[in-house]
Amino acid sequence: MTGRLGIGSRATLADHVAQHGYLPRVPGRRGAAPGALVDQVEAAGLRGRGGGWFPTHLKLRAVVDSSHGRGRLSRTRNPLVIANGMEGEPASGKDAVLLTSAPHLVLDGIQAAARTIGATDAFIAVHRGAPTVAAVERALDDRARAGIDEIRIRIVTPPARYVASEESALAHWVGDGQATPVFPDRPFQRGSAGRPTLVQNVETLAHLGLVAHHGGAWFASVGAPSAPGTTLVTVGGGVANAGVLEVPTGTSVADILRACGGATGPIRGFLTGGYGGGWVESGDFGSVAWDPDSVRAGGGVIGASVLWAVDENTCPLDEMARVTAWMAGESAGQCGPCIFGLPAVASDMRSLSLRQMDEAGAKRLRGRLGLITNRGGCKHPDGTARFVATGLAAFRDEVDLHLDGRCSAVGHRHLTDAHALPVPAARLPELDRHGRDFT
Amino acid sequence: MSGTVGTTSTRAAGTLVLDPIKCDGRGLCHDIAPHLIELDEWGYPLLPGGSLRAPLDRDDLGAARDATHACPLLALHIDKPPAA
Repeated sequence: MTGRLGIGSRATLADHVAQHGYLPRVPGRRGAAPGALVDQVEAAGLRGRGGGWFPTHLKLRAVVDSSHGRGRLSRTRNPLVIANGMEGEPASGKDAVLLTSAPHLVLDGIQAAARTIGATDAFIAVHRGAPTVAAVERALDDRARAGIDEIRIRIVTPPARYVASEESALAHWVGDGQATPVFPDRPFQRGSAGRPTLVQNVETLAHLGLVAHHGGAWFASVGAPSAPGTTLVTVGGGVANAGVLEVPTGTSVADILRACGGATGPIRGFLTGGYGGGWVESGDFGSVAWDPDSVRAGGGVIGASVLWAVDENTCPLDEMARVTAWMAGESAGQCGPCIFGLPAVASDMRSLSLRQMDEAGAKRLRGRLGLITNRGGCKHPDGTARFVATGLAAFRDEVDLHLDGRCSAVGHRHLTDAHALPVPAARLPELDRHGRDFT
Repeated sequence: MSGTVGTTSTRAAGTLVLDPIKCDGRGLCHDIAPHLIELDEWGYPLLPGGSLRAPLDRDDLGAARDATHACPLLALHIDKPPAA
C-alpha cells in the first residue's frame, strides 16, 4: 500500500529532510490574494481529514477573505492557524500515530498554510496529558535549533474533552481559555479572540505539507478522484490486527480489512467515522470504497476515518449503550437538548441493552432522537443521535430480540474484551454544567 | 419553482433564530407565542421545523417579534431577508 505519511517510522528532522527535502519557499499572501499554494491545494483536491472532508482550498480562501474585511463579522485582520491534533474520537488513533511518526510533515504543513493565508500566529493543539505532547515538543525543539521555521509554532494543550476538539471550541480555547463550542460557529470569520482562524486537522496539514513539497498533480495521482490522496484509517473490533494504516482513498473496505489480517469471524456490522459517525450492516459494505462520497452512498459516514467491526460475540446494543452514556457525559452543558436529551437517550439505551424496554419505550427513544437533532450550538447532540439512530436501524433484528427479552450475542465478552469500543476513563455524567471544567 | 406561485407568498418575511447556548429554557417565548414556539419535554423551545432557524410568514412576524422581546436572555432574534 502507498505510504506517503511514513506511518510507524518515527521520523527525526534528518529523516524527514532526507525523504522530502526542506520545505520549499511558500509564496506569501498578498492583500486579498492567498499565496499561490492555494491553487496547488485546489489542484490536489485535498479535503479535510478531521471528519468533515471539506475542501481545504475553500477554507484557506475563506480565512483570507474575512481577514481582508470581506467577511463583515471579522474585527481584526491577522489570521491564525490552529492544527487540531486533539484526537477527540476515542476510537481513532490516527492523530497520535501521525504526530509520533511524522511530526515534521505536519509542522511543514502548518508553516505552508500560515504563509498562504498570511497568519501571524500558529498553534498545534494536542490534548492535555497525551503521550504525543512530548513527541511534538521534541520536533519543535529540533526545528528551532535548525532555524527552519519562519513562524513560531506554539504547542497548546486543551483539556481532553470530546467537544474540546470541535473547531469553534478549539478556537475559543486558544483565544479565551474556554474549550466550549461557540454559536454560530464560524471560526474562519470570528475565531480566536475574534480573529479569522484556520482550524485544520493535523492529517490535513500533513497532506498540505506534501502538496507544498511535491505539488498538487503529484498529490492527486493516487486515490479516489472525488477526494484524492491517501488517508489514515483506524481499524478496530473484530479484526486480527487492529491499528492505524494508510491507504489510498477509494480502497475497498474488504481490502482494508485484509490489510489488518482479516476479520476474526463473521462480522455483523461496522461503526464508521467514530462516535459521531454511523453504523452500517455488514451486508455488502465490504465492496464500498473508503472515500467520503462512497461511504455515504453505502449508508455510513467516513468522518475521522474509523472502521470498527462488530463480531458475533459482541452485542452492538451494549456497545451503543456504553458509548452513548459516555457521550452524554461529554456534553459541554451549554444547550438544553444536549444537557437533558443526551442523558435521556443514554438512559433509554441502557434500558434497551438490559432488555428492560418495551415497544412504547422504543418509540419514545426514536422521538427523542429527532428532538435533539439540529438544536445544538455544535453538532455533538446530532452526532450522538446519529450514532444511536443508525445503530437501531442497522441492528433492528437485535433491537426486536431485546424488546422480547433476548440477546443473540454469544458469551457477552464486551466488558473486558479488546473488541469493545474504547471509552476513556469515566467522567461523572451527573455533574452539572458548572461542575465541568473546560479550562 | 412553479411560475404560478407568486414570489411574495413564498418568500419568508424573516427568519426566527434561536441561540441555543444563550437559551436557558425559561419558556417566556412559548408563553407569549404558543402557536409559533412549542416546548420540548425538557422545557426548551422548539421552533417551527425543529431546527434553530425558522422561516417566518408575514402573519407570524408580529408574534415572533413579541417572543424575541420577551426573552430575558436575548436568545432569540429575527434575521431580515436581504433587501430585494
